[in-house]
Amino acid sequence: MKTTISGKTPNLSRRKFIISSAVAGGGLTLGFHLPFGIGSAAAQSASDTAEINAWVVVKPDDTCVIRIARAEMGQGTLTGLAQLVAEELECDWKKVTAESITAGQNLARKRVWGDMSTSGSRGIRTSHDYVRRGGAAARMMLMQAAADQWKVPVGELQVANSVITHAASGRSTTYGQVASAAAKLTAPDPKSIKLKEIKDWKVAGKPVRRLDTADKLNGQKVYAIDLKLPGMLNAAVRNCPVFGGKLVSYDESKVSGMPGVKRVIKVNDSTVAVVADTWWRAKKALDALPVVWDEGPNAKVSSASIAEHLKSGLASDDAFADINTGDALKAIAGAAKKVEAVYSLPFVSHTTMETMNCTVKLTADRAEVWIPTQNPEASLAALSSASGLPLEKCEVYKHDLGGGFGRRIGNQDVVRQAVSIAKHYPGVPVKMIWSREEDQAHDFYRPIAQCRLAAGVDANGNLAGLLVRVSGQSINAFANPAAIKDGKDRRQLQGLWPQPGDAQIGYTHPNLRTEYAMRNTHLPVGPWRGVNTNQNGIFLECFMDEVAKLAGKDPLEFRRALMSERPKHLGVLNAAAERAGWGKPLPTGVHRGIAQFMGYGSYSAAVAEVSVSAKGEVKVHRMVFALDCGNVVNPDQIAAQIEGSVAYGMTTLHSEISVEAGKVVETNFHNYRVMKIAEMPKVETVLALTHDFWGGVGEPTICVVVPAILNAIFAATGKPVRNLPLSKQGMMLV
Amino acid sequence: MYQLNINGRSHPVDVEPDTPLLWVIREQVGLTGTKYGCGIAQCGACSVHINGEVQRSCSIPVSSVKAGDRIVTIEGLSRDSSHPVQKAWAAIDVPQCGFCQSGQIMAAAALLKNKPKPTDKDIDEAMTNICRCGTYARIRAAIHLAAGNTKVGSADAVATEKTGV
Repeated sequence: MKTTISGKTPNLSRRKFIISSAVAGGGLTLGFHLPFGIGSAAAQSASDTAEINAWVVVKPDDTCVIRIARAEMGQGTLTGLAQLVAEELECDWKKVTAESITAGQNLARKRVWGDMSTSGSRGIRTSHDYVRRGGAAARMMLMQAAADQWKVPVGELQVANSVITHAASGRSTTYGQVASAAAKLTAPDPKSIKLKEIKDWKVAGKPVRRLDTADKLNGQKVYAIDLKLPGMLNAAVRNCPVFGGKLVSYDESKVSGMPGVKRVIKVNDSTVAVVADTWWRAKKALDALPVVWDEGPNAKVSSASIAEHLKSGLASDDAFADINTGDALKAIAGAAKKVEAVYSLPFVSHTTMETMNCTVKLTADRAEVWIPTQNPEASLAALSSASGLPLEKCEVYKHDLGGGFGRRIGNQDVVRQAVSIAKHYPGVPVKMIWSREEDQAHDFYRPIAQCRLAAGVDANGNLAGLLVRVSGQSINAFANPAAIKDGKDRRQLQGLWPQPGDAQIGYTHPNLRTEYAMRNTHLPVGPWRGVNTNQNGIFLECFMDEVAKLAGKDPLEFRRALMSERPKHLGVLNAAAERAGWGKPLPTGVHRGIAQFMGYGSYSAAVAEVSVSAKGEVKVHRMVFALDCGNVVNPDQIAAQIEGSVAYGMTTLHSEISVEAGKVVETNFHNYRVMKIAEMPKVETVLALTHDFWGGVGEPTICVVVPAILNAIFAATGKPVRNLPLSKQGMMLV
Repeated sequence: MYQLNINGRSHPVDVEPDTPLLWVIREQVGLTGTKYGCGIAQCGACSVHINGEVQRSCSIPVSSVKAGDRIVTIEGLSRDSSHPVQKAWAAIDVPQCGFCQSGQIMAAAALLKNKPKPTDKDIDEAMTNICRCGTYARIRAAIHLAAGNTKVGSADAVATEKTGV
């Protein structure tokens, strides 16, 4: 594996590093008593450990415990952040362990660990600077402690692998031996800290093994759903099958005598719960519980009526234009050849393997929740508001997540429900678990969207003008209306934005127009790995192939002609094409498709090799990706994330969330088909790094997975795929 | 009262006869490495071995488990994560979130017991467990590794840096 990194050092001053106040106040660690997971061993011997600063705790045996604020949900951020701290700490990587902090601890220490939310592929790209400064500050303090002990200038010391040496006198010591002295020192001025050049990295930038694998191989890892607490009760819940409907009544007498059942609880206006000694007994009783719902007016809504609603936004005059360069409509109207198409993409669900759950324990002056959460501070706020206790009396024990994908960020619906149930049992922990059926039918889905695209090409086969009109549901309208400025919800055009930095459109043209018309539904929507770059990547990149065909151009060449002002987009496109052997012969029946797009500050391109049988069986043989995420912390974990994006993206070729009588139809894996190993293509990745920025990794590549495949299907069949899942085209993934 | 032989130990459990084996393992016996994912034998997160065969415990009523049946969960696959499948999984960092991996490992171990040198087609047919993180490429590579079909470092899934950018 070739991982040599070279390049410019990025700007390192964008986040202020706040030194722990606890260091000055006595030095020894506060001691963490996390009842779970990583770091519990460290917590048990807290009295022997020295907290050098908020990020680094050193034990007498030289173990360096690195504190992690972000959530680990499989994406490898825990290991990557530890690599960054360790790089500056100059510690022995073999003796590094990681420890999660809690939202309450972050609050109590004035957010010394910064933002804990793990979303938007920000885990590393927005914290690399301050965690490295944390590691560097700890190194400086440990070296100063050795210098003080030996009464020599610190500048005469050297350090490597947790061993400090003074060559002149032949002395050496270890981090573990000087840790308690170091913990008593004043932290250095963060501005005085000089970080290492990336080219000098020894641990960061390398494909080291993850720190969190061992417990995932033997059943020892405790996910929140696995939590056992003394006296714990279990709750199963049912939400009104129609969003917006109400709970009218239930007949508790029908289930109150069932084994283990404690009681039935009205959780809120639309949710009922059964509490029992075990979850299985609670669920069995819930299944037997007669419930009357007032389904309300949304019970008339169907996928067909939603489709009509979105269709009304394809040519309506209530849209706003985001990019409006030249006169695209006039240019298209006057072009030698024209093409227009309507694309349609359904709702899809997150379907984390670990269903929604949390455990809540309430007393008169304390509220606690054990939860798989992407945003422990949002969980803390929800716990506080739902329990009525101030933030300082609340605590969130974040468990590593059994999948996140955007479902477990801001929507703290499970916290509020579990608090409502636990209020009936003061002092008793209550674990609430959603069944798979509840989880599927009460998600915050990826927004449904349609898109009308039009383009003209001139007599020479050059693009004359391009229109992109998106009509669909808005995440902000549902979750964060304040983010919509002047009625313009630009978020739904993510990936088509003109401005650089996060999700810029890869093409420039004198006649270009992008528009969005908001069409909301009664289904809740939210961020879904890659968010709106998924839909917009398909719309733009699949239509580009339609236009290229109209122009009689090769899809790669047609794109390149529009990308001269987008060197980074072009860089990954070229890198993917080169690695994939674009233009070179393929086995009979195999066809290529290509796509590029940008999201989460990173540039992605993909080439798919696909065959389509006469029966419409679509086989994806190989996918080649190029990613420019600026800098790399762990190339093997980047590869893992890209592999993951392939599987998560390709599932949308199989499945959709549809609506009948206001209800979600696809309630489990039997009718929400998820991609399996047999359908997984070979995945190759080339990192085409420019080293002058920090982009995300977890989400960026998913937006090119599906368009590259659909373009290969188009190449194979001559028919564009404008609707998903593939079954709508009489095709299926095999 | 049922007597279950799990990981070589006998466990008396007092539950209703229709209680799924999964929930007996998790809630009565207290072994939580075996996961709930769907409850309808679709995802495989609940996979255990019964008399050496991989089974989806969410859809097996405890009453249908026979007295002499030997049940092995992920906790009992090996004493110290030394099963070849566990070692291969560790060698190439298969898990992401890890939630499905108990089931994946149990399915892979059963596959290798029946077919010590599986082909890709064998893997496709035997490994129908769902992983939402998308670790499929590494699961395949790790099975080949455990089988001795390949050596560490030969997996397809590597990210290499393009030179001369």
